[in-house]
Amino acid sequence: MYKIAAIGDRDSIYGFASLGVGIFPVDDSQQAVKTLRRISESGYAVIFITEALASQLQAELERYKDEPLPAIIPIPGVNGNTGIGMKQVSAFVERAVGSDIVK
Amino acid sequence: MAVMNVNPTRMELTNLKRKLTTARRGHKLLKDKRDELMRRFLDLVRENKALRRQVEEGIAEANRSMAIARSVMSDSALNVALMLPTQEMSLEIEEKNVMSVVLPVFETKFKTADENDIYSYGFAFTSMDLDAAVKSLSDIMPLMLRLAEVEKSCQLMSAEIEKTRRRVNALEHVMIPRYEETIKYITMKLDENERSSTTRLMKVKSMMLEEARQKAIAHDREVAAAN
Repeated sequence: MYKIAAIGDRDSIYGFASLGVGIFPVDDSQQAVKTLRRISESGYAVIFITEALASQLQAELERYKDEPLPAIIPIPGVNGNTGIGMKQVSAFVERAVGSDIVK
Repeated sequence: MAVMNVNPTRMELTNLKRKLTTARRGHKLLKDKRDELMRRFLDLVRENKALRRQVEEGIAEANRSMAIARSVMSDSALNVALMLPTQEMSLEIEEKNVMSVVLPVFETKFKTADENDIYSYGFAFTSMDLDAAVKSLSDIMPLMLRLAEVEKSCQLMSAEIEKTRRRVNALEHVMIPRYEETIKYITMKLDENERSSTTRLMKVKSMMLEEARQKAIAHDREVAAAN
């Protein structure tokens, strides 16, 4: 039985609480790294992370890249869509094929 | 391409030929694996991009409603409304094996029987924009989980494809040509040895014949002198 988490600035993830998603508001990247490590080891299979935070934690997210779990998914926060999520998908294609051929 | 550092013997030749066959078969298999992975990967990526667009739109909409709700309600009222969720989501995870890549498959479970039981507050003291925000998030949630599944699969598959592609290329452009070169080198060396031993034998034979002829002549002379 695995759980779902959302991590990021409080305003962006608050709404998820009512759906039964665990919310972990963080203020700075250091705290975020700690929280991320803690929740990835305590039975959370899917972790939604705000794009703003994801861009600060690139190095940390690398650690989970080749693990089957957890799936860490960037989502746009209240400050709007930064396009990091899409860029990440393009990066997968680039890694596999050599260039982004899927539009 | 550099020839490998081996002794040009028949034994090495047989070994190398066996290795070459294995390398060729491995190359073919890996190439098939790469192609199949690629086919599935491209399908998944297309789905991934479509899902992401949908999810990002849905979240943007939810955030708009949320912003309005936040401006209407006090922070503490919002906290009270959202802090004790009635609904709880959990995931059952199965594994799917695609071409030896283990991909997660999520199955959502809800705590309460009615999965639309998402409002953790009475409607009396909250803004209706909050309802809209919660509703749009709840609508987008299944898509988000599907996105999580697909995106993780893409991530894992891209790593596997990269690895397989490197292996295929290493076999195709390094290992197989090297084996072929070395086999050619050994074959030529062995042929060369054979030719040189043939010529040596011919030379020895002609020397022996010459010697025998000289002996015969000497013998004839001796007989003639005796007479």
